Amino acid sequence: MLKFLIEKEFKQIRRNSFLPKLIVVMPLMVMLVFPWAANQEIKEVKLSIIDNDHSSYSERLVNKIDASGYFKLTDISTTYPEAIRNIESGKSDIILEIQDEFEKNLVNEGTARVMISANSVNSTKGGLGSSYLSSIFSDYAGELREEQGGQAMVTTTEVPSFGVISQFKFNPHLDYKIFMVPALMVMLLTMLCGFLPALNIVSEKEAGTIEQINVTPVKKLMFVLAKLIPYWVIGFVVLAICMGLGILVYGIYPVGSLLTIFLFTTIYILVVSGMGLVISNYSETMQQAMFVMYFFMMILILMSGLFTPITSMPEWAQAITIFNPLKYFMQVMRLVYLKGSTFFEMIPQFLALCGFALVLNVWAVMSYKKSQ
Amino acid sequence: MKQFRSFVRKEYHHIFRDKRTMMILLAMPIIQILLFGFAITTEVKDVKVALFDPSRDTSTQLIKERIRASEYFIIAEELTSIDQINDLFKYGKINLMIIFSENFAENLLHTGEAKVQLIADGTDPNQASLLTGYASGILNSYQQELMEQYRIPFQIVPEIKMLYNPQLKSAYNFVPGVMGLILMLICAMMTSIAIVREKETGTMEILLSSPIKPVSIILAKVVPYFTLSIANLITILLLSVFVLGVPVAGSLFWLTVVSLLFILVALALGIFISTMVDTQMAAMLASGMGLMLPTMLLSGMIFPIESMPLLLQWLSALVPARWYITIVKKIMIQGVEVQFVAKELLVTITMAVTLIMLALRKFKIRLN
Repeated sequence: MLKFLIEKEFKQIRRNSFLPKLIVVMPLMVMLVFPWAANQEIKEVKLSIIDNDHSSYSERLVNKIDASGYFKLTDISTTYPEAIRNIESGKSDIILEIQDEFEKNLVNEGTARVMISANSVNSTKGGLGSSYLSSIFSDYAGELREEQGGQAMVTTTEVPSFGVISQFKFNPHLDYKIFMVPALMVMLLTMLCGFLPALNIVSEKEAGTIEQINVTPVKKLMFVLAKLIPYWVIGFVVLAICMGLGILVYGIYPVGSLLTIFLFTTIYILVVSGMGLVISNYSETMQQAMFVMYFFMMILILMSGLFTPITSMPEWAQAITIFNPLKYFMQVMRLVYLKGSTFFEMIPQFLALCGFALVLNVWAVMSYKKSQ
Repeated sequence: MKQFRSFVRKEYHHIFRDKRTMMILLAMPIIQILLFGFAITTEVKDVKVALFDPSRDTSTQLIKERIRASEYFIIAEELTSIDQINDLFKYGKINLMIIFSENFAENLLHTGEAKVQLIADGTDPNQASLLTGYASGILNSYQQELMEQYRIPFQIVPEIKMLYNPQLKSAYNFVPGVMGLILMLICAMMTSIAIVREKETGTMEILLSSPIKPVSIILAKVVPYFTLSIANLITILLLSVFVLGVPVAGSLFWLTVVSLLFILVALALGIFISTMVDTQMAAMLASGMGLMLPTMLLSGMIFPIESMPLLLQWLSALVPARWYITIVKKIMIQGVEVQFVAKELLVTITMAVTLIMLALRKFKIRLN
């Protein structure tokens, strides 16, 4: 009996003019386009410089900043209001103002002040940009000190200093694609295997065909299973497309084992499809099902740690994410892809996902009513 | 006109009859702006750090004090041997590791060979570069102070001023994005379904055979959704000002004008989608997924557009939310005059006009 029901589901999906295209085109589009877009790296901060000193020292500083490759010198303004206008029109992100007598102060008094004004609407950009500028200053100061080393005004020969070296584990070049590709797979699986089942039962309700199923001796469990299994197959097709593209286009292989990924995916698809079916059961129209699904989907995606780290969230928000299945699967995929974690290191995530799968699918079976 | 009014009334009935959808439409923006205003953040706060300090002298003590005092870091562990690093990272217990070299204070003062090594978990590249950035900032300020103490010549002291967002709150960056996302999704999805549903249920035939003009049919569909969107806009603005503390620094009048324009674009986009597809399911998937993903990823809401490859930067120019979000950031948060957003405004107007023309032309008045 299950066999025929599944056959029916597949036929319905195949006959639909839109769904098969969606299942293939969407992973292709997302995997080819979004890893390039999903990049929070701050590149080419646009800088306005006001050089009030026009000395050889200040010009060297400007050249040094220009040569660092981190900043894009957009203009050399003459007054502060002029530079502010550049920030307001979006032509520059940071203003560096070098005071007059910069050189004189540096040579005679040993210190000179400069002003940094950063547009910090995007706090990352403002913060990182100004800290990069500061480190260029101290490099430059060190350079000058070495040149002038033997001169009389140096009071101590030794400069108390220490070096700072930064290193990055697991992803030494801080490549965003390695970070985003596994996460985008999770997002695709969630959207396709979550939305399609959500629309499924309710569309039978709207079309009236659900009545015909209800009068047959098909058991509730059978009915729900027959709805789940096709999405499970679709999920694996999507995963295969994604992993294939990951290897072919980006050369990204999982460090850990494929088997672990398959095991977790198996359970995860059950979780999201179950969620879709529950929503479908409680909705009368497709519009309702869709809006409810969007409502949850957006919250689940944005609170999963996909784009912004969960550790940055306030505590109450972190507590909410305990109930977000996406979070666990996202962690698993990144752990396996980047750190090569084994199954035993991810048992908490495994148990959590199993729990979600069980609860949601039992709920889906219970909430499906054969009689009104 | 009377005809048109009764059509509008019919559409209102359609919407208000479905209580659950109504609830979601009105509650969705509230919950989302609250959740995202507080929860979507890239701020570095209370990050767990492990220390390895073999020298344990005055200098390392002073540095540790500073790390402990900063709101960015919590010292979670002090290691006794350096071999523990890999395990700590693998289980994700810590995100940053700070390692001092031996005889730190002595080397610091005499040989200049004192070193601090920062090892960050690079899994999340953005977080990793922020963490090392903040940590080196703390270390640098200590070094700066030493220099001043020992009266070392040639110091360039920067005075840093953060414009518009002195507390560096993430909400300032994300609220405009969330506004764009919510308005786009709700408006476009609602209208696209409204027209296709008439097609699917067969009532479109009745509408088309009535003496009312096709343009009026569309207009009558749009009016109720337009009012709903305005209600949403008002709640979003009230919440962001009074709950999230994101001020409206610029002109409220222009912010409203631009938002209404953006709502128009979204509604036109919805109508356009509805003329392209035949089933409600296709309409919803196309407007939902086809709009949600590009709006989240290509609008500059989360990922800066300047960091994208050129091709994607051009592509992002087609995403209406990109222009809207830029305008909102400038007017609402930076508080600039409207002439500074002339380009973005022009693009949005062009989009609105083009989409409305396209939608009207595509709207079929005959059934196949």
